[in-house]
Amino acid sequence: MKIGILINEGPFTHQASDSAYRFTVAALAKGHEIYRVFFYKDGVNNANKLSEPQTDDRNLVSLWSELGQENDIDLVVCVAAALRRGIKDEIVKEGFRISGLGQLVEAGIQADRLVVFGD
Amino acid sequence: MEEFEEPGPEIVKRFMYVNRRAPYGTIYAHECLEVILVAAAFDQDVSVVFVDDGVYELKKGQDTTDIGLKNFSKTYGALDDYDVEKIYVEKESLEARGLTADDLVIPVEVLAAKELGEIMAKQDIVLGS
Amino acid sequence: MKTMLHLINKSPFEKNSLDSCLRLAQSGSSILLIEDGVYAAVANTEHAHRVAARTRDLSIYVLGPDVAARGLSDSPLIDDITVVDYEGFVDLVAEHDANQSWL
Repeated sequence: MKIGILINEGPFTHQASDSAYRFTVAALAKGHEIYRVFFYKDGVNNANKLSEPQTDDRNLVSLWSELGQENDIDLVVCVAAALRRGIKDEIVKEGFRISGLGQLVEAGIQADRLVVFGD
Repeated sequence: MEEFEEPGPEIVKRFMYVNRRAPYGTIYAHECLEVILVAAAFDQDVSVVFVDDGVYELKKGQDTTDIGLKNFSKTYGALDDYDVEKIYVEKESLEARGLTADDLVIPVEVLAAKELGEIMAKQDIVLGS
Repeated sequence: MKTMLHLINKSPFEKNSLDSCLRLAQSGSSILLIEDGVYAAVANTEHAHRVAARTRDLSIYVLGPDVAARGLSDSPLIDDITVVDYEGFVDLVAEHDANQSWL
C-alpha cells in the first residue's frame, strides 16, 4: 500500500515528528511504500541541517535524511512555510527538497492513505 | 511555479478540511486556509468544515490593526471564487459559543453533529488543523 | 460503508479533541490514542466513563510505546481497549479506508 505522511511540527516542541518517524519505519518494515513525507508548518524545521541537538538527544533531521535516502523516500518541505521560517535550499539537509503545497494535495490523491502528525 | 504531476483525470477523492482552531493565537488556522486554497486548484471533491474554536475563524468584524497580524478572515470569501461550495459549520460548536450563522463572514451550511459526522465518515482524506 | 480510523494525540484533561471526536465519530469506526492521547485510555480517571461507554460502538486502541513512555504500563486501562505497537498502528491505518487526526 502507498502511504503519504504529513508532519506539521518540528523536532523540538512536539512529539509529532518522532511518532511519524517510528510509524514510517514500521510501515517500511511491513512492506508498504511511503509515497511521500510532506513537511508543513513548523514541520519544515525537520529539514534544517544547521540544527545541532545535544549529544544525548536523537537527531531527527539526520534520521529523516538517512531514512529517506536509504529507502528512496520523497521528503518534501513546503516552500511557503519554509521561507517564512528562514529554511532555504542552502540549509536544507541532504535528502529533502523544497516544493509547493500542491505536493501535499497530490500525495493525498495518489497515495492510498495519508496520515497526519501534528499538534 | 511549483511542479507536480497532474493526477489522472480518473482520480477524484473526497477531501475534507477540518478547522478546529481559533485565528491569530496560533498559525494553525491561517496555514490550514493556505492548503485549502491550493487544494481548490485540483479537481477534487472539496469540503471545508468549521468545528470547535474553528468557528471563530469566521466571526464577523475581525480587526487586527492593533495586533500586527494579517486579517485573513476576508480570504474565506474567496472560497466561492475557487468553487469551494461545501462549507459546513457544526451547530453545536456555534451554539456553545453563543453564535449563529448571522455572525459569520460567509454563508455556510449549519449542520448538527449527527449529520456532519455522517458526511465526515464518507471522506477519503481528512486534513485538520 | 467506509471505515474510519480516528487518531487522537491530545490529553482529554487539556484539549477537547477527544470530546469532539466522540461527538462526530460514527458507530463502527475506530479510535487510536497516541502521544498525550493515551491518558484517555487509563481507567479510573474522570474521563474514563465516557470512553468506556463508547467501547460498545467503537473499537478503541492505544499505542503501547506511548503508554510505557508515560509510566502507565502498570496502570489499569479501560476494559476493551486494545494495546498496539507501531506495527499495529500501521495495520490499523491500512485496514481502515481513511483516517483522521484530531489535532
